[in-house]
Amino acid sequence: MTDYSLDRVPDLAPSVRYKFATRVLPLLLLALILLSIPLFEPSRTWLSLFNAIGINMVFALSYNMLLGQAGMLSFGHAVYFGLGGYAAMHGMNAIENASYDGGLWAAFPMFALPLVGFAGGALAGAVIGWPSCRRAGVPFAMISLGIAELVAAAGFMFISVFGGEEGITGDRMNGVELFGLSLGPLGEVYWFIAFWTFLGVALMYAFTRTPLGKLAQAVRDNPERVQFVGYNPNRVRYLVFIAAGGFAGLAGGMSAVNYEIFTPESLSVIPSGLVLLMAFIGGARYFAGPILGAVVLTYMQSNLSDYSEAWLLYLGLLFIGMILFAPGGLAGLLLSGTTALRQSLSGKGLVRAGAFAISALLSATGVIVLVELAVRHSNGFGEAFEPFSFHLAPDQMMPWAVGLVLAGVGIGSLKVLSRQGGMGS
Amino acid sequence: MSAPALQLTDLRKNFGPAKIIEGVSLDIARGERHAIIGPNGAGKSTLFNLISGLFPPSSGTISLAGRQISGLKPHQINRLGLSRSFQVSNIFANMSVRENVRCGVLWSLGYGHSFWRNIGNLKEVQRKTAEVLEKVGLTDKADVPAVLLTYADQRTLEIAITIAGGADVILLDEPTAGMSHSETDRAIKLIEMATEGKTLLIVEHDMGVVFGLSDRISVLVYGEIIATGTPEEIRGNARVREAYLGDETEFAEMSA
Repeated sequence: MTDYSLDRVPDLAPSVRYKFATRVLPLLLLALILLSIPLFEPSRTWLSLFNAIGINMVFALSYNMLLGQAGMLSFGHAVYFGLGGYAAMHGMNAIENASYDGGLWAAFPMFALPLVGFAGGALAGAVIGWPSCRRAGVPFAMISLGIAELVAAAGFMFISVFGGEEGITGDRMNGVELFGLSLGPLGEVYWFIAFWTFLGVALMYAFTRTPLGKLAQAVRDNPERVQFVGYNPNRVRYLVFIAAGGFAGLAGGMSAVNYEIFTPESLSVIPSGLVLLMAFIGGARYFAGPILGAVVLTYMQSNLSDYSEAWLLYLGLLFIGMILFAPGGLAGLLLSGTTALRQSLSGKGLVRAGAFAISALLSATGVIVLVELAVRHSNGFGEAFEPFSFHLAPDQMMPWAVGLVLAGVGIGSLKVLSRQGGMGS
Repeated sequence: MSAPALQLTDLRKNFGPAKIIEGVSLDIARGERHAIIGPNGAGKSTLFNLISGLFPPSSGTISLAGRQISGLKPHQINRLGLSRSFQVSNIFANMSVRENVRCGVLWSLGYGHSFWRNIGNLKEVQRKTAEVLEKVGLTDKADVPAVLLTYADQRTLEIAITIAGGADVILLDEPTAGMSHSETDRAIKLIEMATEGKTLLIVEHDMGVVFGLSDRISVLVYGEIIATGTPEEIRGNARVREAYLGDETEFAEMSA
């Protein structure tokens, strides 16, 4: 064994209490939230929003297995979401056919379809990752973009597999029922989504605690050094890529059951870009970051479009603002916010956080005024922007000036503040 | 008699028209501490990169305990029992000191790419990691992010990662570069202890270190070894003195 002896090897593992607080407690909290949502008897609109959030949480976390954990920037992660989803759709139709004609699929519960999605996504990852994981950095990112375009184009061409522009539809109310859920009403679909969301989050968290998960972080930090502790970084990347593809496929399977339709759009670079935004805005450096990103962006996606036709513009601005001022994302902001609160006895942390919040609010208000004015101006309907009973008409100078000043002061003070030591980094 | 721990035979490396290593042959016995010295640009780091597999040699062979390793990838060579450190600290910056060392022990304990085990439950890994940390004296900094360590501690961590996998042949690339006198003394003690019973190949500029530590020394000049021998033989070698002429301080230290 070893050529030296030590009287006592210190136990360096963190305390049981620390482990519980940082590892088990957050998962229990997630379970509690998921279990308590139906108690508030949410409306159908809210339920479908929650279902969409659950799907995006798993999808965004699977993306962050690549970006945050292994340092692989992919522009085509929706390929695995989509292929897993299509696999699940075909599974759904196979279950329906088998319920008339019999066969193996008749015994497969609809509830377990995300497993088919996982298998589809992982298989796609294994095939596509084989060539693409031989490169890292910019070449890997470019290959992922090329593959996304390629697969999306193929999606419109191979109609029997992808259903052409209309996609493939199915009916989730077939086959064996699990947990007494027919999956008919939205409320029952919620339990299905909640179950797989929790399982997906827990498993992906567990992955970060395995030897492979740790090696992925080592590859992210320093791929050269990894070679000299006996690991092939390309091999580590490839295995992580398969796992990330699998969990993206799991989310695709959840989506298949939730919407009962999959179209080739879902394979394209647009959802791939959205999941990248979720991970970045939420905070790719933190495990929980993409969860926050999925919540905020899914909410924005479904609700902001009611308020403003320029919502995509806001999404872009939010992304740029986060990259510039809070590279730790929402998770980083929250973390430094709580640290500031804890140190608020000295007052300095609180003042800083307050100053940040006010500057962010100022710049956001200014930008919103400018964007809304611009949208109305270009529409040419002579419509005025009327928030909180203000009357801001795009054909007058004053509203524009107000917007410019607000945005200028806000962004300027944000810059000054971040120069004094960034926020959430 | 078994094969030498490390054997280089007529090793050559060209980068285009530039000949960096020009026919190096060297036998290093098991358990030997061998230093490679030479002026800047002599090819010392390139030689290390060839042995550890970072570059493939243009021609010639490298054998590790009788087994040819030239042409293998770095991770394959590492798995066969050769581990190296770097001249510039090459650590996992965003991970804690403990996690850094743990990355070094995983493969040697056979945990490979496993994704079905909780790393926190691997007692053997915890124990080995703790042993290495204790050995190099970084136990009290185990939970510090590696990027926040002092320079000297980062160099120590570099050595800790290098020895963590239990390799029999250790290559250290200027382990004391940039250290103060007291830090250098501590580093030497650490290297002596950590490589006990192992074969050590070391590149070093500090002549005090080289002559105190090594069993034998090779002098590399313009990609060729001009002399190999015990410290006494090297001190008295006329060609070595010639190669180092003009560098009075090093010359003085050597002769001291």
